Amino acid sequence: MPQTLSINGTDVPLPDDPRVSLLDLLRDHLQLAGVKKGCNQGACGACTVLLDGKERILSCMALAVQYEGRKVTSIEGLAANGTLHPLQQAFIDHDGFQCGYCTPGQICSSIGMVEELRRGVPSHVTDDLSAETIAFSREEIQERMSGNLCRCGAYNGIIAAISETHAKAVR
Amino acid sequence: MSIVQKIGQTVMKKAAELAPDAWLPGGKPDPLIEHRPALIGAPESRLDGPQKVRGEARFAAEYALDGMVYAALFYSNVPKGRIASIDTSAAEASPGVVLVMTHRNAPPMKPMPLFMTQPKATGGNDLPIFQDDEIHWNGQPIALVLAQTQEQADYASSLILATYLAEPSVTSLSAAKAKGTTPGLFQGEPLKLEIGDAEAALLAAPHRVDSVYRTPRHNHNAIELHAATVFWSDDELTVHDASQGVAHTAWSIAQVFDLKEEQVHVKSPFVGGGFGGKTLWAHQILAAAASKLAGLPVRLVLSREGVYRVVGGRTTTEQRVALGAQSDGTFDALIHTGFVAMTAHNALPEPFILPARCTYAAGSFKLDVEVATVDMLANTFMRAPGESVGSFALESAVDELAEQIGIDPIELRIRNEPEKDPTTGRPHSSRNLVEAYRSGAEKFGWGERNSAPRSRQEGEWLVGMGCATATYPYHRMPGGAARMTLSKDGRVHVEIAAHEMGMGTSTAQTQVIAARLGLPMDHVTFAYGESSMPGMVLAGGSQQTASIGSTIIAANRALVTELLKLTSHDSPLHGLDPDDVIGRDGGLCKIDEPERFESYATLLGRTETGELTVEASAPPPLEAQHWSMHSFGAMFCEVRVNSVTGEVRISRFLGSFDCGRIINAKTAASQFQGGIIMGIGLALMEETQFDERNGRIMNPSLAEYHVPVHMDVPEIDILWTDIPDPHAPMGARGVGEIGITGTAAAIANAIYNACGKRVRDLPITLDKLID
Repeated sequence: MPQTLSINGTDVPLPDDPRVSLLDLLRDHLQLAGVKKGCNQGACGACTVLLDGKERILSCMALAVQYEGRKVTSIEGLAANGTLHPLQQAFIDHDGFQCGYCTPGQICSSIGMVEELRRGVPSHVTDDLSAETIAFSREEIQERMSGNLCRCGAYNGIIAAISETHAKAVR
Repeated sequence: MSIVQKIGQTVMKKAAELAPDAWLPGGKPDPLIEHRPALIGAPESRLDGPQKVRGEARFAAEYALDGMVYAALFYSNVPKGRIASIDTSAAEASPGVVLVMTHRNAPPMKPMPLFMTQPKATGGNDLPIFQDDEIHWNGQPIALVLAQTQEQADYASSLILATYLAEPSVTSLSAAKAKGTTPGLFQGEPLKLEIGDAEAALLAAPHRVDSVYRTPRHNHNAIELHAATVFWSDDELTVHDASQGVAHTAWSIAQVFDLKEEQVHVKSPFVGGGFGGKTLWAHQILAAAASKLAGLPVRLVLSREGVYRVVGGRTTTEQRVALGAQSDGTFDALIHTGFVAMTAHNALPEPFILPARCTYAAGSFKLDVEVATVDMLANTFMRAPGESVGSFALESAVDELAEQIGIDPIELRIRNEPEKDPTTGRPHSSRNLVEAYRSGAEKFGWGERNSAPRSRQEGEWLVGMGCATATYPYHRMPGGAARMTLSKDGRVHVEIAAHEMGMGTSTAQTQVIAARLGLPMDHVTFAYGESSMPGMVLAGGSQQTASIGSTIIAANRALVTELLKLTSHDSPLHGLDPDDVIGRDGGLCKIDEPERFESYATLLGRTETGELTVEASAPPPLEAQHWSMHSFGAMFCEVRVNSVTGEVRISRFLGSFDCGRIINAKTAASQFQGGIIMGIGLALMEETQFDERNGRIMNPSLAEYHVPVHMDVPEIDILWTDIPDPHAPMGARGVGEIGITGTAAAIANAIYNACGKRVRDLPITLDKLID
């Protein structure tokens, strides 16, 4: 049995070269170029992907071989049967991007971020560190999304898109 | 430039100044201004939005070619001197390596044509690339490795060993100044202007401020790394590039490799942020050279450090602003002088005096940019070169003067509003800064500001408000051209070598074309981003909208001229002139008799092919030499300064703009906000730090060069006057750069109002605010 990891529902063999980052596996080896490289050192968030559907990780800081048997979702895996994920549509509606380069990372990151709120993972701005779940607020989103840089400065649109999507999901 | 060319240019300029309005482009207002179809200004979502949110937009490093190899660069670590030895043997023997290229084996290449030296020149410097052993800056690439994988290339480049014969170098502004300065030249003219005796007027004025302001080097830091994926087929070179000037880049690369312009194909449909940095630097040349040598397609992606080593940013400035005023606030003297660092191999002396040339009336002016020469990476254009840092100094000084006189800073600005351009004497095409201040002040609640510093405290936070003027000129560069094909099914296809790096170019232009031709948006396709298309349209100077707009006016006129030739005697349009008709409801109608209408289907039904193709060029951009054409804005900021730690938080920001007519309310608002956010970075955190002993950039990473993040940015309120400029295409003056201007001063002024500390050295980090 070859050692594999699952990418957007498809089993993919681990790379032979253990130096290959998860980012380069996706981007260079599998041509999933929706995953972006902005710094290759964990400082910009453009390479954010989801692990097991809910945990956000920086794929540039991960070696592909670390993720044997795990399920990775990249931006390419979010739109189900061609229909945009609600967050993708909200990014369009609220103009949550300009050049579009950081966008896949912002979208994946915000999905993981909402999961962190649900799990009760506190942030620097959380008042009640022992809360079961963290209340959704503009400040919480801003703090938790600060690892995803947008040099074009579409931050207002991104926050609006995340807020609207979250409000609809809660309803 | 030859003397004949110089005389020719001077004559043209004078002629444009003196010509009757009607002779000039924009002399007769664009009909879209008066008729204003609903599409103009509509908040349309980006047409490329679905591609971008799905991750399907393809950027330069995302083209996989058969047999492609990956490049890595090796950089010098001395600022000046020669390569004494370079040992590449271990790299060559490393697994997967197919080529190591240095000056010893690189193909012959000419230097890049330097930006602004010729119409399509776009090189960041004009130094030899891998042609000799000379080192010109600390971080200059001196070897390139090609390997089967990026990992192999990166590892092999780490095995290269170089030694240097270092030579004395100048790597600080102070050392460079000590060696003497030269007057800055920008767009062929000295950055020097004297009207009256400003120094004497300053001394005689009852009120005066006179201070020095400093701004550091900056980097663009587009999130997309600079990259080129290249291949040769015979003598033709294709470059998938991240480019703000595809036609410029193709021509410039052709000069380097001694090719014809048509032999180089530059393609750049998506650019992951530009801000002035995505032009031609050594990496595209090196990728093409290595590809030629290896006979293989090459992908070269600069590392983030590589971007800092290879691609220049904004240079450092040291600016004196002195204002002399009467007790009623009117300026007797406006002095804005100082120094910028530049290299001997580039030509952008950060023109920080530009705001002072157009913003205020004054009894006398003294403006001067002096260049001090350093041995460092060439500096270049970065969002609002000149205005961004110049407006910080000027607008801080105006605030300081307002306090001294005891007058509201908005009122002081209004009292110095010029009736015509204060330094050229040209009439304003449209200037509504006072209106922008009024509406901005009202929405922001400026009236609640207490002018005394430290007058508002909430817990340990001191709260203050500040304002400043934003300014950026209207530009339209020569060379706009387009190809337009209209078919009888009422669809139009437009091709133009323009760019999309986040501005929403194709969306806004599709709106304009649809509005001009009277077609629905989904009947318009706008193709762009390839050098083989018509036109020379730089995505710079906030001019793309005007350049394309003017080109489309010309193309539409050519199209209408041909369509009218197709009218028969019984056609309701027969005998009409192109100026008599406009596009509406899928056809043409007479402007003042809309019932005289014929559809494009009917008109083109008279052709054999059922379609019509025209090519047209925009007229020379003489309007900007006839009128004073500038956008302005009123920037308002509320900050909170922590009285214990000195931490600054921006709690509110509002920009109120006068940029002519807005084409797309959604994408324009984002441009303004994005500019303001980069201005927040300029004010509070951005600095390319370098070691003054050796010119080495010390923070070449997004971890150590801080740009604004989500947490740094409040909701930013944007207003605009929407007053069309009668002399600009569509009445629009461009929105890409003005947001970064004025912002830093508004923040610095708010910080002063909050805590009483006037910081004149950017960035305003907390150490400068703690007692």
